[in-house]
Amino acid sequence: MSITRRQLIKIGIAGGASAALTGTAVAAEEPSAPRDAVGMLYDATLCVGCKSCVVACANANGLTPDTRLDPLHQSPVDLNSFTKNIIKLYTPAAGESGPYSFVKRQCMHCVDPFCAAACPFHALSKDAVTGIVSWDSDKCIGCRYCQLACPFETPKFDWDAFNAKIIKCEFCKERQARGLEPACTYVCPKKAVIFGRRDLLLREAHRRIENSPGKYFDNRVYGEVEGGGTQVLYLSTVSFDKLGLPNLSADEHPSHWLRWQERVMKGFVLPLTVYGVIVGFLKQNFREHDKEMNEEQKKTGLLPQI
Amino acid sequence: MAPVGLAITKKAWAGDVAADLLKTVRPPVIWLHFQDCTGCTETLLRTSKPGVADLILNIISLEYHETLMPGSGRQAEEQLHSAMKTYAGKYVLVCEGSIPTKGDGIYFKLGGKPGTQLLEEAAAKAGEIVAIGSCASWGGLPSAGDNPTGANGVADLIKGVPIVNLPGCPPHPYNLLGTVLEFVRTGALPELDSALRPKFAYDRVIHEHCPRRPHFDSGRFAQQFGDDGHRHGWCLYKLGCKGPDTHAGCSTRHFNEMPDVWPIGIGAPCVGCTEKGIAFNVPIFQNASVHNFTPPATYPPIATGAGHPAHIATGLAGLIVGSAVGAAWTAAQRFQSSQESAAVNPPEPPKELVPVSHEKSNEDGGGI
Repeated sequence: MSITRRQLIKIGIAGGASAALTGTAVAAEEPSAPRDAVGMLYDATLCVGCKSCVVACANANGLTPDTRLDPLHQSPVDLNSFTKNIIKLYTPAAGESGPYSFVKRQCMHCVDPFCAAACPFHALSKDAVTGIVSWDSDKCIGCRYCQLACPFETPKFDWDAFNAKIIKCEFCKERQARGLEPACTYVCPKKAVIFGRRDLLLREAHRRIENSPGKYFDNRVYGEVEGGGTQVLYLSTVSFDKLGLPNLSADEHPSHWLRWQERVMKGFVLPLTVYGVIVGFLKQNFREHDKEMNEEQKKTGLLPQI
Repeated sequence: MAPVGLAITKKAWAGDVAADLLKTVRPPVIWLHFQDCTGCTETLLRTSKPGVADLILNIISLEYHETLMPGSGRQAEEQLHSAMKTYAGKYVLVCEGSIPTKGDGIYFKLGGKPGTQLLEEAAAKAGEIVAIGSCASWGGLPSAGDNPTGANGVADLIKGVPIVNLPGCPPHPYNLLGTVLEFVRTGALPELDSALRPKFAYDRVIHEHCPRRPHFDSGRFAQQFGDDGHRHGWCLYKLGCKGPDTHAGCSTRHFNEMPDVWPIGIGAPCVGCTEKGIAFNVPIFQNASVHNFTPPATYPPIATGAGHPAHIATGLAGLIVGSAVGAAWTAAQRFQSSQESAAVNPPEPPKELVPVSHEKSNEDGGGI
């Protein structure tokens, strides 16, 4: 049985109160992917842009085709509530030279997920075994903090629905439960995107880099350390920021910031001091205000307004 | 492209089918014409694997067919009745054309009997019924518009006998051959869809296998007949092609056993002849609805942000915000000054709210 939103709110209030009383906080650990974490390796040099993964994804996940731009085609321009997976095209701007490149965008399944850290009710959580970041409709309150927190702009909100959902790739959990690999890796005709254990995929990516030195940008795998590491890994000849993948350093991840927050909040001393100063200011101001008001009343004989 | 007739039902390859056919007894076939144009018979004459002579002499036993039989009149009528009696419960009844029901069936009569009665008698003793063509499948052309003769398909009138619909105007002859050969070999009907059409021929829409599909995905449409796009073989969707709506195998199995001989292949939009409610009902130039959406041949760019606002827009927004701030400031100033003046000269309290006593006023007046 899953916990309902109502129970969660109760737990949250109780937990918040007890945490405030005891002044303790859970220590954040350095994140690392689970031992059996699954992942995908997308090699942009192999992709031919056939978009069969886009169609397969929509079919496997029962998504309505996005025909808002073009009524005859499934033509999303970005990830959205109809689209969990998209192929985009990078072409050099006018005046620039260099190769073009396709890029497959989807949820990165961060080792230390930003969305899960931002979610006030743990509606987004990371599986302890597979590392799949998934969304639980029973816990979501629709605040969309996850959308703001995600540096990859992946979770999308179902704006048109009355009971809205957060839409993002969940590595085809249902297919995996049936012993199948995700739809996109299954249909890819060039094996440009492959599915497997993250550690094996990393090894494969490094093997490809070693076999053709200088072919891949920076001789590096995007997702190995970026943003604390992701379970979707990228290889490309074009620089990753041109493909729309943000430049994140290895320690730009939620747990890192959480440690700073802990330091600030240690023993609740600093917050209490700040609150004290604010309350002092307010008191002082109110005293002045009251004095003025009394004088005014004496002078005019009228009751104070407001 | 070019079809190989015997292996059509995908359950067996041609060699197996041919070998089995030698062992089977030729099934008796009775072919009845109703409100039709004989186009479905004509389409059967244009096959070679097997050819129609081979078909009716070696594979099936054609007992009655008004177009192909030499006899006529009383002779033909006797043949029909004797065949129905001899092969009762075993023969394959092929119906071509729709059956009119209005006016007690006076719009079609054979040997003095209305079509409805003829069909009922023939169907009651049939092993299976093949409704060939759109007319026999769901009414077809005679049922268009107001349906003046009350034309119906076979499946609308007959229950209790296995029926296969082979809609099309005309249907591809190999759809009939495949169905008959399947019945000859296995004694069973091929797998059917919800409209009783064999899946081996009707499970996909024309659009899925259309040779002009790349033009659709690239947005290259012929805008009118004879224009540059039409001459270059572009997609006919905007000319009213019903390919996305129409379940049929025409796009993979062309007619007359010649490549590209089918409507779209010669530049004519599909009219959706196999679909009830589309052919003869939806206007020819009306655009069809697409059911299975796939991506176009274009790609979204990496960044699809909002872009940069134009300078004029920025200026306008600045003006609006500035005037709003100015107005708010002025209003605040006026409010403040009015408050101050009110504090200096407090307004008279409204009379009705002040308790007034006449005695007291008198006293006051006296005081003055």
